[in-house]
Amino acid sequence: MPASKRRNLQRQRTGPVVAILAAAGLALLVLPLLGLLFRAPWGQIPALVTSDVVLQALGLSLLTATISTLLCLVFGIPLAVLLSHSVRWHVIPRRLLRAAITIPLVLPPVIGGIALLLLLGRRGLIGQFLYGIGVTIPFTTGAVVIAQTFVAMPFLVFAVEGALRSADRRSELAASSLGASPAQVFRLVTLPLIGPGIAAGAVLCFTRALGEFGATITFAGSLPGVTRTLPIASYLAMNSDPDTAIALALVLLVVSLAVLLALRDRWLPGALS
Amino acid sequence: MKRFLPVAAMVALLAGCSTPTATPTESITPDALTGTVTVLAAASLTGSLDDVVTAFEALHPNVKVTISYGGSSALAAQIVAGSPADVFFSANDSTMKTVTDAGLTVAPTVVLENVLEIAVPAGNPGKVTGLSDFANSDLTIALCDPAVPCGSAAAKLFTLVGITPSVDTLEEDVKAALTKVSLGEVDAALVYVTDVKVAGDKVEGIEIPEAQQVINEYPISLLTDSANPDAAQAFIDYLRSAAGVKVFVDAGFEAP
Repeated sequence: MPASKRRNLQRQRTGPVVAILAAAGLALLVLPLLGLLFRAPWGQIPALVTSDVVLQALGLSLLTATISTLLCLVFGIPLAVLLSHSVRWHVIPRRLLRAAITIPLVLPPVIGGIALLLLLGRRGLIGQFLYGIGVTIPFTTGAVVIAQTFVAMPFLVFAVEGALRSADRRSELAASSLGASPAQVFRLVTLPLIGPGIAAGAVLCFTRALGEFGATITFAGSLPGVTRTLPIASYLAMNSDPDTAIALALVLLVVSLAVLLALRDRWLPGALS
Repeated sequence: MKRFLPVAAMVALLAGCSTPTATPTESITPDALTGTVTVLAAASLTGSLDDVVTAFEALHPNVKVTISYGGSSALAAQIVAGSPADVFFSANDSTMKTVTDAGLTVAPTVVLENVLEIAVPAGNPGKVTGLSDFANSDLTIALCDPAVPCGSAAAKLFTLVGITPSVDTLEEDVKAALTKVSLGEVDAALVYVTDVKVAGDKVEGIEIPEAQQVINEYPISLLTDSANPDAAQAFIDYLRSAAGVKVFVDAGFEAP
């Protein structure tokens, strides 16, 4: 950032009303987490976070969230490209496409889980044919990945679409006029341009997948080591063993924060900061 | 009208002030009960408890009973955490004990019993005949999580008969397990006799002789933090009356 521009920003002062409301908003976001830290049984935390329940749930969550993020990248980047191209479409298909991608963001995840069950369950629209050839999806780790991909994909698509919009398209046009094929343009010009957007989207996607609860418990069920991810284990433990629930919550919080903080500066210059 | 309302309110206030000793408890008629009663109830009571509430509200038109159903252990945790409720109706002793240990119950009493049964989807696609099929890893099996009463009873039952079930999902309450059966997503689940009855023709039940040895007892209790203890106690009394118990017995529960 040029020095003159930075000085201009410093001169912008925060008015008292904005400051008070912002502080209240921030308090709502941060205080519950402080409550968690305050209530945590710190003496038992080392033993709790290394217990089988926590390690098993953590391992499953990291594995499924990683696969889900990869799937989101594979399908989400082309979807973002399609979405950015849709500005030239007729208004109705354009809005339908955007609405379809937004739905998992605004739908309660439990409803997403019900919808997935009715599509891919043994008696579902597609699931019945899969069952016919011996494939059952619900209650498997694969179902967890599908549920997480369903809820996390929009985060990636919108992050990448934003990057595509703000990218300078003249380089693409230049590459194209110099004889590069569409695939070459995408690989050699577009991808590097939107790299920060992809990284930002992937981080959001991963943390969203890590925290996925509703769609997972509805569609994939809950079995330790197979489908019982960190949030589900924490929710169930809250009913019988609050200390373990808090330990699970802390682990989830630490992993999410670590991913958000570590990746921001290293790979996301300006994209999330 | 505008001027009349404050006057009416004052009259009512004065009337209330002037007769503090004129309303001893024995003269309270059923209609003297007002306000709301919040009941936290085990998921397996869904349906029959609603019928009891309808009958109770017909007797006491000024009382509104609200029920929140859930897994008993989740409800117990909510009460201990300070959830405002008047009555807790749980599906086993240990979840009620959680609340009693926190000093929040007033004389919990067992009012109903329920027995486990095998639930299979209509047509029994997995050709399930008994508990031994639960060890078959080719079948998709749902049980309740051991943290909730139906799951702890199921765990006791499997220990009793010496079978290790090959479970595909441990559901958070009995209704969630039943739903997986009625959708046909699992081949069998262990639920209560009453759940199979409620589910109608989407679900078939298979009786388990050994289940008589792991009967679930349903205690009910007034909660110490109740904001409306008179109406709450009246609801509990009605539920325990012959008319109240009959609703549950018709639904498949047993009276101890």
